[in-house]
Amino acid sequence: MRLLLEKRSEHSQLMTVISPLIAVALTLVTGGFMFLAMGLNPFEALYVYFLEPLKFFWTFAAEDFWPLEQLAVKAAPLVLIGAGLAVAYSANVWNIGAEGQLTAGAILGAVVPVYFTDWQSPLTLIAMLALGAIGGMLWAAIPAFLKNRFGASEILTSLMLVYVSQLLLDWLVRGPWRDPAGHNFPQTVAFADWQVLPVFGESSLHLGVLLAVIAAAALAFMMARTLKGFEIKTLGVSPRAGRFAGFSRAGSVWFCLLLSGGLAGLAGIAEVMNTVGQLQPKISPGYGFTAIIVAFLGRLNPLGTLIAGLALAISYLGGEAAQVSLGVSA
Amino acid sequence: MSELLAIVLTIITASTPLLLAAIGELVVERSGVLNLGVEGMMAIGAVCGFGAALASGSPYLGILAAMAAGAALSLLFAFLTVTLVSNQVATGLALTLLGLGLSGLIGESFVGQPGVKLERLHIPGLSDIPYLGPILFGQDLLVYAALAITAAVAYLLFRSKLGLVIRAVGDSHQSAHALGYGVIPVRYACVVFGGTCAGLAGGYLSLAYTPQWIENMTAGRGWIALALVVFGSWLPWRVALGAYLFGTVMILGFAVQTKGLGIPPQFLSSLPYLVTIIALVVISGNRALTRANTPACLGQPFVPDR
Repeated sequence: MRLLLEKRSEHSQLMTVISPLIAVALTLVTGGFMFLAMGLNPFEALYVYFLEPLKFFWTFAAEDFWPLEQLAVKAAPLVLIGAGLAVAYSANVWNIGAEGQLTAGAILGAVVPVYFTDWQSPLTLIAMLALGAIGGMLWAAIPAFLKNRFGASEILTSLMLVYVSQLLLDWLVRGPWRDPAGHNFPQTVAFADWQVLPVFGESSLHLGVLLAVIAAAALAFMMARTLKGFEIKTLGVSPRAGRFAGFSRAGSVWFCLLLSGGLAGLAGIAEVMNTVGQLQPKISPGYGFTAIIVAFLGRLNPLGTLIAGLALAISYLGGEAAQVSLGVSA
Repeated sequence: MSELLAIVLTIITASTPLLLAAIGELVVERSGVLNLGVEGMMAIGAVCGFGAALASGSPYLGILAAMAAGAALSLLFAFLTVTLVSNQVATGLALTLLGLGLSGLIGESFVGQPGVKLERLHIPGLSDIPYLGPILFGQDLLVYAALAITAAVAYLLFRSKLGLVIRAVGDSHQSAHALGYGVIPVRYACVVFGGTCAGLAGGYLSLAYTPQWIENMTAGRGWIALALVVFGSWLPWRVALGAYLFGTVMILGFAVQTKGLGIPPQFLSSLPYLVTIIALVVISGNRALTRANTPACLGQPFVPDR
């Protein structure tokens, strides 16, 4: 009898479940060796890095202090951007300039506090959020247009625009938008109370956190249950099959870039409103780039980015904790 | 005139790292692999080169360390994309993020330390010729090395059997495989060559261009190198021309800045990135040019059938 070894056509169920766990285990082992190489006790370091931020929860929960808030606030921009990127990457649209779209959104949204400082109305917040999203979309429209019209790689154009947006922000806060009463610091006027997103109760959890959860859920629904989601997945897996089905490649490039850019812009303005409080030369610790990892870690599933966003937010907090208690660079 | 000479000399040092990284990536892409990790490999090369030179006092040992570091990171990339057939775009992005993060970690204690500078050559007599001497005979070793590597790549790719095999692997891996050429070893070798060049380019930044270590000192040069490969439509001498054009744009920006014409410095700093976009648009829009030279299997995974 001849035995033939045939490759499975699909991964086994078991592997689908355990492969993320293997990835986490490998990360921990690699991280442990890195700490060892830096002359630290790897177990202690991993504990500080990953469990310390969570431990706060147990110790301080009783004292009306809710450090998980910090986690959620840090995770919100990561999820908001990551969910959009997950959709774009599913369609093989490689937007890696989310950091730039975040910056552009923050800039356009800040037009309200800078030029309409005294405009106080229920519409103020809506206008700021809308301008933020539009800013991100406009910035993302450039690579989309260049890709469709000239075939220029969106990977490179969107990334180049990150540098351009950061230099634009730098120019604005040092030049025309600098707060005249700000003692020459490179920053705009501080946003007023009515230019800040509402928070839940006494916490620091702001509306942006809720928006992130909604966005992730809505995009997950779109990908799983709507024709648009099917179109995106088809064009991603097989552009040829997508073309035969009558789906437009150019259309999906526009859709994915505007969607992910708009969400990044929203994250940018929300971050500036509630965490930074004004425009300054640096407004994000690289959320747009970390969100790329979030999208992949969430296996390009918008709901997966919720978990991945929280996981990487832990590493931001853990990095801060490690800087304090171990003296390690974040 | 001496001001002009200084500008020309700076242009050459600014162009060399771009050329080194781009020529390496050109070979990688000619073999059909798209490595978006150039920026990360440059950063690792820069920090390791700086550290090794600082520890040993020799810039040449620094150069070797930079090359080794870039090669090591690219070997990881080759293992993931060629052996494990992971998505090249995603893996390349991850490699960049890893390289940038790791370089910040390694280089933490190097910040603010004076580095070891790779000195310019001085050939008595020749280097003293006014104007032409310093430009032709008074550069550091790596300026000549970059041009020599370009010449070697141009020769090997288009005038040797090895080059034919590399291009065959990049244009149709199935045919190359059917003819009995080892697609996987060829790709490994090309990826590691690219990583070595990227590491060298990073080392050049921290040893010759600005002999110090600053976090994120690569400042997007790895990405510009990737764009240069497209700009040069995968042809070595065009890539070299592109690298020197970009170096010129970068330095002229600085030169205008010192003249103080009232142009915001941020605008001048953003010029290289804007020029990159324009260059990409011009070249990518020219279908005839790109179609002739783009490796047909660029970015496509290869799984040998049995």
